Amino acid sequence: MYVYDQLDRQLVNDRVEEFRDQVRRRISGELTEEQFRPLRLMNGLYLQLHAYMLRVAVPYGQLSAVQMRRLGRIARVYDKGYGHFTTRQNIQYNWPKLSEAPDILAELAEVEMHAIQTSGNCIRNTTSDPFAGAAADEIDDPRVWSEIIRQWSTLHPEFSFLPRKFKIAVTGAPNDRAAIKVHDIGIVIVRNAAGEIGFEMWAGGGQGRTPMIARLIRDFVAPKDLLSYLEAMMRVYNRFGRRDNKYKARIKILVHEIGAERYRDEVEAEWQDLRHGAMELPQAEIARIRAAFAPPAFATLPAVSEKHQAKLFEDRAYARWVKSNVRAHKVDGYAIAVISLKPVGGIPGDATAEQMEAVADFAERWSFSEVRVTHEQNLVLPHVRLDDLYDLWLALGAVELDTPNVGTVGDIIACPGLDYCSLANARSIPVSQRISERFADLDRLHDIGELTLNISGCINACGHHHVGNIGILGVDKKGEEFYQITLGGRADENAAIGKIVGPAFSTDQVTDAIETIVETYIQHREPGERFVETYERLGLAPFKEALYGAA
Amino acid sequence: MSLQAVTANRLGDGLVIYLTATGWSEQVADAATADTRDAAQALLDRALAQPGHAVGAELIEVEQGADGLRPVRYRELIRSLGPTVRADLGYQAA
Repeated sequence: MYVYDQLDRQLVNDRVEEFRDQVRRRISGELTEEQFRPLRLMNGLYLQLHAYMLRVAVPYGQLSAVQMRRLGRIARVYDKGYGHFTTRQNIQYNWPKLSEAPDILAELAEVEMHAIQTSGNCIRNTTSDPFAGAAADEIDDPRVWSEIIRQWSTLHPEFSFLPRKFKIAVTGAPNDRAAIKVHDIGIVIVRNAAGEIGFEMWAGGGQGRTPMIARLIRDFVAPKDLLSYLEAMMRVYNRFGRRDNKYKARIKILVHEIGAERYRDEVEAEWQDLRHGAMELPQAEIARIRAAFAPPAFATLPAVSEKHQAKLFEDRAYARWVKSNVRAHKVDGYAIAVISLKPVGGIPGDATAEQMEAVADFAERWSFSEVRVTHEQNLVLPHVRLDDLYDLWLALGAVELDTPNVGTVGDIIACPGLDYCSLANARSIPVSQRISERFADLDRLHDIGELTLNISGCINACGHHHVGNIGILGVDKKGEEFYQITLGGRADENAAIGKIVGPAFSTDQVTDAIETIVETYIQHREPGERFVETYERLGLAPFKEALYGAA
Repeated sequence: MSLQAVTANRLGDGLVIYLTATGWSEQVADAATADTRDAAQALLDRALAQPGHAVGAELIEVEQGADGLRPVRYRELIRSLGPTVRADLGYQAA
């Protein structure tokens, strides 16, 4: 993992002390709320429905065991014993006190974490593949490039007041697990015909009230040019992006309005001025960052573990968990274990202080002290020996973290909704709870197979409903909660925006409607066909008919 | 005019508060109410004069229920009680 150098440490520590002074001046009355609000937001401190909310950045979703343990401690000491992992691989605390926020930031700084740029019209935390450094299909480790982007974008003076917030995602594998096509800038690590590594640069993707799939801007940028090209992309957006209308200020609107070709021409022209200058990445610096992500000391192991194989036969519950929650590792004898934060009837993404501390312990014991956060609101232990997998599963069960539902309709992605969020129009969590209870039967859940279901409590789409195979959007109709359903969205390399299936459903109807959609898929699927594939073959019609009757 | 009260978040801890006849309370049942535009504006002015205590003061619609005053809109009902998915948190837990 990347370890802070003196510069990183000083920057973060200085920010803590600066914020401590700002909080003191706000409480003493020297600063008005109007003056203070932008300052607290620059440090991730929002005011939500019930209390303040602190959003802490988890850079590209990676945590050390020490950091995870600290997140648990903060939940216990400064909050109400839990935290919420978000769809941007971050963590949010729902009940921090303003007066204690500087102490929380100081505790985070001790473990090389912070809340800088988790709000505001700046470049937010860069997100990435939670299986980075472990995935069998990886071309190069995206953390190396995400960390370089983190350093470049942190307190970048030119890009601290953009027209609107800005999100960058990086994938190092052709199977996109970072949803790069619905980000302001998406980066795909590729290999050219000469075998060299470089980057595809995509721009203009996004969700919210105007969902759009990113357009390819350049098919190959060499590693040394990554920052100069990014700087050119940002500069063109900063110059031409609209500032007159908040709803038209994201880069997706610019790329859509002037067209990808014109945007590309502007970027290329800008880049000619930048590319051979100070923004060129020195090889030594790339090597320094890469060294921080050197693989851990993997043992030489047989590809097959006898213990694991035996347990698969003996223990059906274990076999089921392995089938849904374990992924192939690039090194023989190891596996990637996904920890579901979606217990039946639970709150998607929530973890207690004790669970966080337990995961930290498991990471130390079984995964080279590494943990990842996924944008699906789950956790990952990226490097577990097949020989240890059964013991890990037993240990997860003891802290209720062994739900075998990753990638299924039980693995629901949901924003906090109106239970916490001041922007929401409707609740998300109770809908997710009822749906997960409806599909609690594991035989049925596994028979349904791969299916993503996403719920947002407002059009800002933090629950990524536009790209769920089934998407649910909460709306307020004359003071009552209603839920609009979309089908066919996907967040992978074949990203697509879901289509509205018909009129919205009431709170009482929405669970039945989801079951009807799933049953319609079961009736129509061909052998081996996933939900989204059946939808793509048949379109909305059979689902519409099942839900609303023949037209 | 429908019955109005003033709500805000407390500066120090962000918790939900309601303006009362003499100060602030965590319980909507204690809220001072107004049923004319002028009286409602007077309540809001009194709240806005205390920026060192309350953040984001605004008028909300309330009604007399069986157990006393309660907010009309469900957003405000949730604020007055706590998250509907965690009965152990917020004022509803007390």
